Amino acid sequence: MSIWEYANPTKFMRTTNGALPWLVGAAAVCCVGGVVWGFLTPDDFRQGSTVKIVFLHVPAAMMAINIWVMMLVASLIWIIRRHHVSALAAKAAAPVGAVMTLIALATGAIWGQPMWGTWWEWDPRLTSFLILFLFYLGYIALWSAVEDPDSAADLTGVLCLVGSVFALLSRYAVLFWNQGLHQGASLSVQSGERMSAVYRYPLYLAMLGFFLLFLALLLIRTRTEIRKRRLAALQAREMRA
Amino acid sequence: MIALLWRDLRLATRTGGGLGLGVAFFLILCTLVPFGIGPDRAALAPVAPGILWVGALLACLLSLDRIFALDHEDGSLDLLATAPLPLEGTVAVKALAHWITTGLPLILAAPLFGVLLQLPVQAMPWLVASLLIGTPALSMLGAFGAAITVGLRRGGMLLSLLVLPLYIPTLIFGAEITRRGAEGAATGTPLLFLAGITMAVLALIPFAAAAALRVNLR
Repeated sequence: MSIWEYANPTKFMRTTNGALPWLVGAAAVCCVGGVVWGFLTPDDFRQGSTVKIVFLHVPAAMMAINIWVMMLVASLIWIIRRHHVSALAAKAAAPVGAVMTLIALATGAIWGQPMWGTWWEWDPRLTSFLILFLFYLGYIALWSAVEDPDSAADLTGVLCLVGSVFALLSRYAVLFWNQGLHQGASLSVQSGERMSAVYRYPLYLAMLGFFLLFLALLLIRTRTEIRKRRLAALQAREMRA
Repeated sequence: MIALLWRDLRLATRTGGGLGLGVAFFLILCTLVPFGIGPDRAALAPVAPGILWVGALLACLLSLDRIFALDHEDGSLDLLATAPLPLEGTVAVKALAHWITTGLPLILAAPLFGVLLQLPVQAMPWLVASLLIGTPALSMLGAFGAAITVGLRRGGMLLSLLVLPLYIPTLIFGAEITRRGAEGAATGTPLLFLAGITMAVLALIPFAAAAALRVNLR
């Protein structure tokens, strides 16, 4: 039993078919639970009720970055081991990641208006998220522009590698360019408690929910891509006959 | 390699339109900006470094699709791919040819356009220096974008969408050098950062670009 078994599309389809309903259910429970529980928390004494947007903002921002990393890993697997499921998973993840980035930017703007007094500020974190969104857009556009699926997978894979380096480079270059307004990390592995437990546990639940939501969407979209690929193969065979 | 460089330079100069176009675009951009934000010296001088850098960037973008597109159409790119010179070398030479025909004229013209935008005189050497260090990276990243989009019919828009985000670090440090030069501040740190980015790009991007070209020539 190794993860490489799922490089076989048939095996992938069979396993995910069974797992998907559970995954969707768990994602729904965690997302709704996290956000509703978060909504019922008491108001922060300085930020008032605006603090509750954190239960959408932080999970979305976390997923926006992690989805890009997942795409990088999937692209590497495709480039090195040529497993089609991996390339299709990277393709399927990109729009989800772009939407997560957009959610993080939008909720940040809605929160920033009353708190910072501005919808947008050229702060390093905000700017690097905007740049990340541009990279997502370019990646998605390249997938839809190339007709041959294998070439598209190769080209987007190379773009993802180069883009990862430059997204990271931009992240630190903008630090040089402008000092930040955004607060530091709300949660951190090393530096102990920064957030009261009242907010922390709903946030963990919402983060888990967003992760499961991504996983469910990823599987659904990858399954669609596999079916699309099979349809195209059937049609090509039909044309030849 | 040298023969290929001469061939590309001759093609660029003799087919017409290519060589002066970038500089002309740069000039138009620098003429339009004062119309947009007003002719005040006090308004123009602070934004001049940024406008000059963004203008150089866009002018550079204009001629990118010519790096590989013409050779791909008439089939000479296939010949180059089968030639004894590794494809990575071909990419590097073509990026160099693009830099000589687009980047170098921009660098020479930039101080003149700086005068138009009221850039302080003490910033001129820093503008030229930052462009001199930064534009090779722009050409090389552009060659990478051109290699990815070479086989596509509607490659132009996509090319700018792919390449412009990659230009961000270069733009940040390049404009920062010029701005600090205008204020008379120390420019050493951004200069080193910019040089580092350019070196890394020149060393590594040919491999990515050649990989993309191989996919497109398959």
